[in-house]
Amino acid sequence: MSKMTMTQKILADHAGLDQVVPGQLIRAGLDMVLANDITGPVSINEFEKAGFDSVFDREKISLVMDHFTPNKDIKSAQQCRQCRIFAGKHRIKHFYDVGKMGVEHALLPEQGIVGAGDCIIGADSHTCTYGALGAFSTGVGSTDLAAGMATGEAWFKVPEAIRFELKGKPGPYVGGKDVILHIIGMIGVDGSLYKSMEFTGEGIGNLSMDDRLTIANMAIEAGAKNGIFMVDDVAESYMKLRMERPYKVYEPDEDAEYAETFEIDLSEIKPTVAFPHLPENTRTIDQVGDIAIDQVVIGSCTNGRLSDMGIAADIMKGKKVADGVRAIIIPATQQIYKDCLKLGYIDTFIDAGCVVSTPTCGPCLGGYMGILAQGERCVATTNRNFVGRMGHTESEIYLASPAVAAASALTGKISGPKGE
Amino acid sequence: MKAQGTVHKYGNNVDTDVIIPARYLNTQDHKELASHCMEDIDKDFVSKVKEGDIMVAENNFGCGSSREHAPIAIKASGIKCVIAKSFARIFYRNAINIGLPILECSEAGEKIQAGDQVEVDFDTGEIRNITRGETYKAIPFPDFIKEIMDKDGLLNSIKGPAK
Ligand code: SF4
Repeated sequence: MSKMTMTQKILADHAGLDQVVPGQLIRAGLDMVLANDITGPVSINEFEKAGFDSVFDREKISLVMDHFTPNKDIKSAQQCRQCRIFAGKHRIKHFYDVGKMGVEHALLPEQGIVGAGDCIIGADSHTCTYGALGAFSTGVGSTDLAAGMATGEAWFKVPEAIRFELKGKPGPYVGGKDVILHIIGMIGVDGSLYKSMEFTGEGIGNLSMDDRLTIANMAIEAGAKNGIFMVDDVAESYMKLRMERPYKVYEPDEDAEYAETFEIDLSEIKPTVAFPHLPENTRTIDQVGDIAIDQVVIGSCTNGRLSDMGIAADIMKGKKVADGVRAIIIPATQQIYKDCLKLGYIDTFIDAGCVVSTPTCGPCLGGYMGILAQGERCVATTNRNFVGRMGHTESEIYLASPAVAAASALTGKISGPKGE
Repeated sequence: MKAQGTVHKYGNNVDTDVIIPARYLNTQDHKELASHCMEDIDKDFVSKVKEGDIMVAENNFGCGSSREHAPIAIKASGIKCVIAKSFARIFYRNAINIGLPILECSEAGEKIQAGDQVEVDFDTGEIRNITRGETYKAIPFPDFIKEIMDKDGLLNSIKGPAK
């Protein structure tokens, strides 16, 4: 029969099966297992409590210290210390500490650690990001991760998929963030619950890798198990440049069965903002109204990549951040930071009155580096605007693209990049 | 395996940031996590909850981050079972993997109200609402999940160097 989606084919191969069907429970082999400084210690405790004394493969585990690092307090320092000791003991190859680390989901693709056809779990919900490269990649908890580190396997329920057939070309200042916010606004935060989101169609070719990574990153915000893109030449050259090991491209069967198919015309998408307190509360920029803001954050695993920085710098060049607005810019990795320096973006940001930080998750999850006070409003390029996510429970987060965030920083209210 | 207790009821899209806010994620101490459980959505939860109580919610319970701290906080607060119309999938696996029983049941998520006395039979998937004299049916755990639950978590079920 076959009739499998991309995700189903990757899962079948990793489970050693010719065929899988939705709902089937399988055990699959893993190509990469990821944890960070928050989830890592919990996994390590579980791993040690269960009596394991070795990891399945020291080259297939990544530990990235990004959430509360450089350590924001003593407890965070203890957590990183625990990861550092574990990484040393088991000679974990991909251990990224301060000085090397970046926001994990920007870092792993950039460093060529993940690629097409991989089966990946990460103790972080945005692990779904790597679907942009054509991998099956999904977030799990720390216990799954501990078991994964020990055995190199995880259990999965084979998901059905929703297909998003992309066509057309996005207009100026419309990027991956607007596409995914548009989709989440359309299907809701549980619109893809338990399912894969598979992105196909000629429109993919009009999206940069950064755009695709942003879109796959937020699949979880629609409840999806994973998001995955068809691999094209752009994706292949991206991986060839970075990966030391081979990757494998999977395509869906021609008669693959999808729970639903949506056609998305990229040329029709407008800059989109998600209002508090859910990513599905979207409005296009022309419907936003007059909303004064106190802070802007440009960064995170969603939109902290080089092209995001470039768009923001382009809009801010020679301008000033509005009085009363704090603009915080966080390039997601050391490489991105360096490239920003070279391209003059950092000068642009500082001259405009922004603060630029070393890579960290920091404010995205209300950790540090930009916590909101009661009643404050922030436009953020991050991925979640839940109650209290960035600080006080009576603060508000508006999710948007780097273009909208940068434009809003200049006007002091939520604004479109073309002055809407 | 059975549970019986008083219900704490919540609505749709209860996310992991309200179950356990990120500002408390610099600890893994179960009791400390439990002491902040639900505090951004229900300040009184921690003082009200008793060992053996049951949590009931509507759709997409546990959406958001993959933090296992969320089911851990709920379990450590004394809750013996979470029933919802639907769960976010990472929360679902995490709860199973740490041995917190959860059941998906639309009718129960709809009809059960705060303060009801409810009894859950995990073997049959039967949920009895003693206060209202109603019974709802959830799909019982498949065997491989039952085994994880019986052993109080995934790691206990695969325990020992895997060689
Ligand atoms: S940037 Fe935000 S969403 Fe991304 S990994 Fe860090 S905390 Fe999570």
